Amino acid sequence: MTTIIPKQQSIVVRFAGDSGDGVQLLGSQFAESTALSGADFTTFPDFPAEIRAPVGTTFGVSAFQINLGARRIATSGDAPDVLIAFNPAALKVNLPLLPKGALIILNTDAFNARNFTKANIETDPRETGELDGFQVVEIAISTQTMEAVKDTGLGKKGAEQCKNFWGLGAVLWMFGRERAPIEEWIKTKFANKPDALAGNIAALNAGHAYAETVEISAEIPQFEIGEAPMASGDYRSVTGAYALSLGLAAAGELADKEIIFASYPITPASPLLHHLTKMGDLGVATFQAEDEIAAACAAIGASYGGSIGITSSSGPGIALKTEAIGLAISAELPLVIVNSQRGGPSTGLPTKTEQSDLYQAVYGRNGDAPVPVVSASDPGDCFYAAIEAVRIALRHMTPVFLLTDGYIANASGPWALPDMSKIEPLSTNPVPDGIDLNDGDAVKRAIWKRDEKSFGRPWIAPGEAGFAHRVGGIEKDIRTGDISYDADNHQAMSDMRFAKIDTIADFIPDQTVEQGDENGPLVVVGWGSTHGAIWRAVNQAREEGLNVAQIHLRYMNPLPKNLGKLLAGYDRILLPEMNMGQCATLLRDKLEVDVIPLTKVSGQPFKISEILEQIRANIPGAIQAAE
Amino acid sequence: MNAPLTAKDFATDQEVRWCPGCGDYAILKCVQKTMADIEAKPDETVFVSGIGCSSRFPYYMSTYGFHTIHGRAPAFATGLKLANPDLDVWMVTGDGDGLSIGGNHLLHLLRRNINMQVLLFNNEIYGLTKGQYSPTSRPGTRSPSSPKGSIETSVSAGAFALGAGARFIARGIDTDIKHLSETLKAAHHYNGTAFVEIYQNCIVYNADVFKGFTEKAAATDNQLHVQHGKPLLFAKETKGIIFNAKTMQLEVATLGENGISLDDILVHDSRNKAIAQMLIDMPESDYPIALGVLYEDPAEASFDQNFWNNHPTNGKRTGKVADLLRQGSIWQK
Repeated sequence: MTTIIPKQQSIVVRFAGDSGDGVQLLGSQFAESTALSGADFTTFPDFPAEIRAPVGTTFGVSAFQINLGARRIATSGDAPDVLIAFNPAALKVNLPLLPKGALIILNTDAFNARNFTKANIETDPRETGELDGFQVVEIAISTQTMEAVKDTGLGKKGAEQCKNFWGLGAVLWMFGRERAPIEEWIKTKFANKPDALAGNIAALNAGHAYAETVEISAEIPQFEIGEAPMASGDYRSVTGAYALSLGLAAAGELADKEIIFASYPITPASPLLHHLTKMGDLGVATFQAEDEIAAACAAIGASYGGSIGITSSSGPGIALKTEAIGLAISAELPLVIVNSQRGGPSTGLPTKTEQSDLYQAVYGRNGDAPVPVVSASDPGDCFYAAIEAVRIALRHMTPVFLLTDGYIANASGPWALPDMSKIEPLSTNPVPDGIDLNDGDAVKRAIWKRDEKSFGRPWIAPGEAGFAHRVGGIEKDIRTGDISYDADNHQAMSDMRFAKIDTIADFIPDQTVEQGDENGPLVVVGWGSTHGAIWRAVNQAREEGLNVAQIHLRYMNPLPKNLGKLLAGYDRILLPEMNMGQCATLLRDKLEVDVIPLTKVSGQPFKISEILEQIRANIPGAIQAAE
Repeated sequence: MNAPLTAKDFATDQEVRWCPGCGDYAILKCVQKTMADIEAKPDETVFVSGIGCSSRFPYYMSTYGFHTIHGRAPAFATGLKLANPDLDVWMVTGDGDGLSIGGNHLLHLLRRNINMQVLLFNNEIYGLTKGQYSPTSRPGTRSPSSPKGSIETSVSAGAFALGAGARFIARGIDTDIKHLSETLKAAHHYNGTAFVEIYQNCIVYNADVFKGFTEKAAATDNQLHVQHGKPLLFAKETKGIIFNAKTMQLEVATLGENGISLDDILVHDSRNKAIAQMLIDMPESDYPIALGVLYEDPAEASFDQNFWNNHPTNGKRTGKVADLLRQGSIWQK
């Protein structure tokens, strides 16, 4: 038996199998176990768009990747060090991701002619030489599982379905982990299915025992990953979608207002609807609308009625909501639009991640219609970004875009529990007092008297005595709110709408430099979910002695006031993003700076190495020095 | 105690900008009168509209009002009713706004049965965009976009509503303020989405399209004012509607002719969906137009009531985010 302490103090494990093999469950339970071990980690579920693709096909392969380490883990890892493949299709799809030397554990029971045909494989890959240079361990996982669970009363199909827990048992042994917490979880999860409960526990134990005792275990190494240094405190594991839902609920609590979340099902945004539906006791109500437009309109109707209206979708759905967002701008009503971005255009790549809706958020409406845009940079950050988005919406009485993406929505990692008592409550724009309600003109002026600093107008909902008034999408008089087609008034209203968004820069924090100095030869600027890969690449480059800094943006519109001055301190600005260069355009437009875009739209997050390579290429002399 | 509000108290300081002679003026007057009659509270009443001539309505009512975007008023009204179910919400729409661009939303509003009133001003034409044919225009309607006459089959607002699952369907005529007001009161009384189609004369682009039953000379013979539990009589009670069980159709019969007596006349049962369907479908060429409450079959609760009744805490904030954060697996560092 070998015990390996990985050089980088981290290791990347990828589970892959058929959609029905339960690899997502296996992966999430392994992540849970990793959390308890004290290691840092990031997970990345990578599943197909089809719900139940034909069994055994390559397009039906579902995978779950986890990067775990005794140091800060910022991404789900560039390349897997270990692959557990439950069928030939899973091997075929994932083999190109593996570096030579990687450990591959195969379920040999699935390596038969029938499955080769389904995966369009001509010859058994174990015989073609394509696995040369890899460390291959063959285990008849299905057979082992069936044998382990034969006394539990499960039928053949039910017994075979326990093989993910058999695999988990083996992996737990590889990492020296306790089985007890997983057993507890199985007991709760399958409390109403005694057969499955017994079967999964038997499979878990059998997998563990197999790896530990059977002769073959000489081939299975054990990995030693210590605890990662983290600030002391309480932690939990959280996906971006869950953290964002919690953040919206927290915003409601901090503003002491109800949240009404109106949404229409769409991948990858639907988990928000599912999570929030279970947060009723936190003052949240959810409404599944008939379409994307209705979802946006119902959210605006809710805001008009005095609740915090939130709508959510992904790119195609956001496109449909556009006209309604214009009305919220015109009517000066708060609204948060969450965009869980995915690959586009059109239907594009629904389950794959991209950051290609930045133009849509910043620029994409008819008329001069500015909207603030906030982005989230990792799963835990979604919580704070959500609160920020609602804060801006309520303070400035405006719709706000909150950008996340398919990667952060599904990825998870350890998260230091936020201290709610330390988050500043959200201010609203209360109903004005001291107004003579019999003076119609005074009432109108009070309704449309905007705050001098934020330009937020009083939030007056129907039911408020004495303030009955009409509002709509036709241009209104800046003082009375009455319909106005007056030329000067439209100019004044447009100026006000722009000033309102610009003034948000006075409320948000100055941009900080996350790593490195405030000037130098190169800064890597990012936004959104590229944060982890950029952080690690910059970190590694700095360890190599390269003078590179990192700036990560949260506020996309308006940009922080000091950003232009800050960027002027660097000779070059490298901007990695998962689109064809949208943030690069934004910075050129707003700050007139020269940006070197590093773009990627493969549906997969950036690899650290891809960014590191460009850092080296953009620091004069760096490559030569390395050579 | 303040003096009761009158119709005038529901008017605003805004100049009404419909074409002179537009049917909308009569409807506005009728609604303002109805508001006074039902003792509506302006601060708790909201008029929500989409886009079109009819959708300017909220600006002329001294209640709360929200003039939204084309076709989407049902969705805004839904969100508003969820935020505050106590509000008395009236939606104003037209045949283009409600049945063309907004047909989808109207369908879902009606089936959900949110407690509010929908007034659909049907003038069978697009007025605000200068006279194109609408989904309710009769086949052959000549318009700027159909110079040779429209070739589309028209949609029946009532049949659409019934098919969508509406449980209150009524009809009225713009200028028949007395009758329309009674219909609006019934709509207001109903707990759920009350759908009222109002035949409204567009004097500029589709004048007199309804004159076959609205003109004074024609009204008596061609209007059938239905009342629950009363025989379906018209033409000064000389004629009535009978049900032919062999053909499964309604027929017009004259009392005293062919042995027809009052006992033969179909008695209106507003809960009977089949009768509602047949009354709605009666072709104008051979039948009177059925007006009043054609269908009223109340559900046990409206959507907005069910929405909050089914909410785990009835909309109250009983939990704390800090507690939910700690649920599940927590570890210390």
